[in-house]
Amino acid sequence: MGVKEKARIMDAEAIRRALSRIAHEIIERNRGIKDLLVVGIRRRGVPLAQRLCDRIAEIEGARPAMGILDITLYRDDLTTRSEQPVVHRTEIPVDVKGKKVVLVDDVLYTGRTIRAALDALMDLGRPELIQLAVLVDRGHRELPIRADFVGKNVPTSRKEMVELRLNEVDGTEDMVLIVEKD
Amino acid sequence: MRLKSKHVLGLREMEAEEINLVLDTADSMKEIIGREIKKVPTLRGRTLVTLFYEPSTRTRTSFELAGKYMSADTVNIATTTSAVVKGETLKDTARTLEMMGTDVLVMRHPISGSCHLLARTVSCSVINAGDGMHEHPSQGLLDLYTIRQKKGKIAGLRVAIVGDILHSRVARSNLWGLTKLGAEVVVTGPSTLLPPAAQELGVRATSRVEEALEGADVVNVLRLQLERQKGGLFPSIREYSRMFGVNRERLALAKPDVLLMHPGPMNRGVELSSEVADSVYSSINEQVTNGVAVRMALLYLLLGGGEAA
Amino acid sequence: MRLLISGGRILDPQRGVDGEGDLLVDGDRIGEGTRADRVIDARGLLVVPGLIDLHTHLREPGFEYKEDLVSGTHAAARGGFTTVVAMANTSPVSDCRATVEWVIGAARARAVVNVLPVGAVSKGQKGEELAEIGDMAAAGAVAFSDDGKPVTNGELMRCALQYAAMWGRPVITHCEDRQLAGEGVMHLGYWSTVLGLRGIPAAAEAAMVARDIMLAELTGGRLHLAHLSTARSVELVREAKARGLAVTAEVTPHHLLLTDEAVATSGFDTDTKVNPPLRTPADVAALLEGLRDGTIDAIATDHAPHHQDDKDVEYNYAASGISGLETALALVLDRLVGQGLLELGQAVRALTAGPARVLGLDRGTLAPGAPADVTVIDPSREWTVEPALFASRGRNTPFKGWKLRGQAVLTLVGGRIVHEAIA
Repeated sequence: MGVKEKARIMDAEAIRRALSRIAHEIIERNRGIKDLLVVGIRRRGVPLAQRLCDRIAEIEGARPAMGILDITLYRDDLTTRSEQPVVHRTEIPVDVKGKKVVLVDDVLYTGRTIRAALDALMDLGRPELIQLAVLVDRGHRELPIRADFVGKNVPTSRKEMVELRLNEVDGTEDMVLIVEKD
Repeated sequence: MRLKSKHVLGLREMEAEEINLVLDTADSMKEIIGREIKKVPTLRGRTLVTLFYEPSTRTRTSFELAGKYMSADTVNIATTTSAVVKGETLKDTARTLEMMGTDVLVMRHPISGSCHLLARTVSCSVINAGDGMHEHPSQGLLDLYTIRQKKGKIAGLRVAIVGDILHSRVARSNLWGLTKLGAEVVVTGPSTLLPPAAQELGVRATSRVEEALEGADVVNVLRLQLERQKGGLFPSIREYSRMFGVNRERLALAKPDVLLMHPGPMNRGVELSSEVADSVYSSINEQVTNGVAVRMALLYLLLGGGEAA
Repeated sequence: MRLLISGGRILDPQRGVDGEGDLLVDGDRIGEGTRADRVIDARGLLVVPGLIDLHTHLREPGFEYKEDLVSGTHAAARGGFTTVVAMANTSPVSDCRATVEWVIGAARARAVVNVLPVGAVSKGQKGEELAEIGDMAAAGAVAFSDDGKPVTNGELMRCALQYAAMWGRPVITHCEDRQLAGEGVMHLGYWSTVLGLRGIPAAAEAAMVARDIMLAELTGGRLHLAHLSTARSVELVREAKARGLAVTAEVTPHHLLLTDEAVATSGFDTDTKVNPPLRTPADVAALLEGLRDGTIDAIATDHAPHHQDDKDVEYNYAASGISGLETALALVLDRLVGQGLLELGQAVRALTAGPARVLGLDRGTLAPGAPADVTVIDPSREWTVEPALFASRGRNTPFKGWKLRGQAVLTLVGGRIVHEAIA
């Protein structure tokens, strides 16, 4: 099955600006970085979370705590997928209790990944609040979930896929693409 | 990537990359065991049955905890409390358990090959928790995991396995796993307790314990079944511990950072002298955690995915 | 009734006959001439003396759920066997005139092939006191054996050989040193190590073969060694024969075709459990050589039917034995003769004249005047071993699913057709 690139909806510069804006919004909404914990969801949420932390550090002069969440064991589609996902480690270096957690992911779609992430996070303790930051919101929610911080809203059809390419992961220039299966 | 078989019957039947997948997955599972709330929902609605025809505390408990940490329902059946005492055959017992909706059967049995019989009988997954003198794959994986954790690698290590190799399922699973991952294995013990055809198994065999321990990175000392002495395989416990027991002097022949292991339970003063036994105990807690992590990994890899394509 | 088997390749190793021709069955004897009431077209088929199995467990009386005289002899007929030698380890053990006579009488009434009873060597096969060998010989026992159990007591074996010699009957021995075999369930070697199953060393057999040969020499008795499985045993028999001792030997198809590796490749399938155990490729090679050079006199099935319940259990708990009557001929023709490991004449001899000579029978030949026991074989018929279709109640065979060439298509016992499957 081949995929066809339909459109490039964000380039490196757009991504940089969006993350910068989100960093400002996070600081503003939480009145600084006290008790802030930025948690990237594997896999592309992790480099995005790192970049957000970098930007927040530039603005505030101090780095917020950061963690990595693997949601494989919380997925609701494990028994229906033919390909078994590899489990990776969850690495949250601080106690989540009482923290203001910002979950970071690349694309918000059905909301099922975020549901799994919320469950995974709750199993680690009781945060004060949880917010959600995504680079792209493409719609088609299947659960009552919305993002607090959005880089770009992109209307899509269900046949399309939204793909984020990041230098750290893919070795290419940063970009967000809409692709379609042939 | 997934395991090629839906059963885990032995390490001889697993490929190196499958073994590595289990070890890598166990790494991720270990984080969960360290949490305050040791629970993930992955195996909700799945049922794990442990069927033990031999007494065991640690292996059975370890599987049960692994299942519970992953939210599976677990049921334990021991021979003394089951229909087995009424003369029910293994196949009939297995079919009954399967009818009750079992997803994975974990069995320990005194006869080699019984898990193969079970796997042929039922359609659910079967994990061998030790069959006779054949294999004990989850123990083998746990030992590999511990070695990899302590030494950072397995390939190229010199591993000595000491004791009753002939009757040991732990030794068999260990030597298959170690040789597949590139370790150099030497087995040692009295010649009556060494397996015939050791060379063909890809390991070196010697009755000189000193020779086996020399330069070893890892020394795995097996439990001596004391009843073997009655079978005439060696003259006395005293002679065994003098000639083949691992003590401080013999251990000094190994590398200075040698990892000393024992699958437990230990006969203090027999296969291990008291002074070295204590150093093994220091790592026993770690072993227990590792055992649960490895078994969680097996359960996830067997039950966590959909049907194989 | 005269039956003419016409145009087949007649192979009678005892008379050195091998060629196309007609065979007349005149009543219950082999006749001469071609005038017949019925003619069977045997062109393209092999016509051989009725096969003789020196080693059959018919299980009756006592274990009818495993096999009985009807199912067992039907299995024999289908496999091309016209004579089977019935072992004595029934329940009760056939250890006196009454049981031997019962077997002969019951076989006359219900069996479809000739059943020659073996009497036990010791009372109850307990290995303690001699059974009434003379009385059983007079009643019709053709040989004496505690088969299934070795005779551990050397003195008892010495007496048995010496005593049976008075009636010119052989003692058939199952050679196994009980202590060395211990709780073993397969050959001791690489595969027993891999599988963690207790092993039976080759020496457990060879040591007893050596003892029994020495006792045969000491007593001048007739010794027949059952189901040889090791290279060393073959050497010992070869040496005994070279020295002129009255020693004969048999080998089974499974020991000629399978090795201990089968236990592993089958995943501990209990149908590979047999006593003596499947051995190594070197043993198989030596057994074949022994068969070729005449050291081994006969191929015998050691037909040991078991009920599914005796096999569908853990390896150590499973009964030993293979249901062999219905596969032996095809295995020998396809996997030995077909593979160039044995000549056709040697194979037929080992299934006819060879076993007849071991027991001094007037069978195993197509000479005019001999009993009309005839087997007609279609050497090119292909079939698949499907235990569910066996006539035998024992479906225990490690050869299940094997595709084989060659099958008995007509079996005559005393001139009577007991199996007919000519296309």
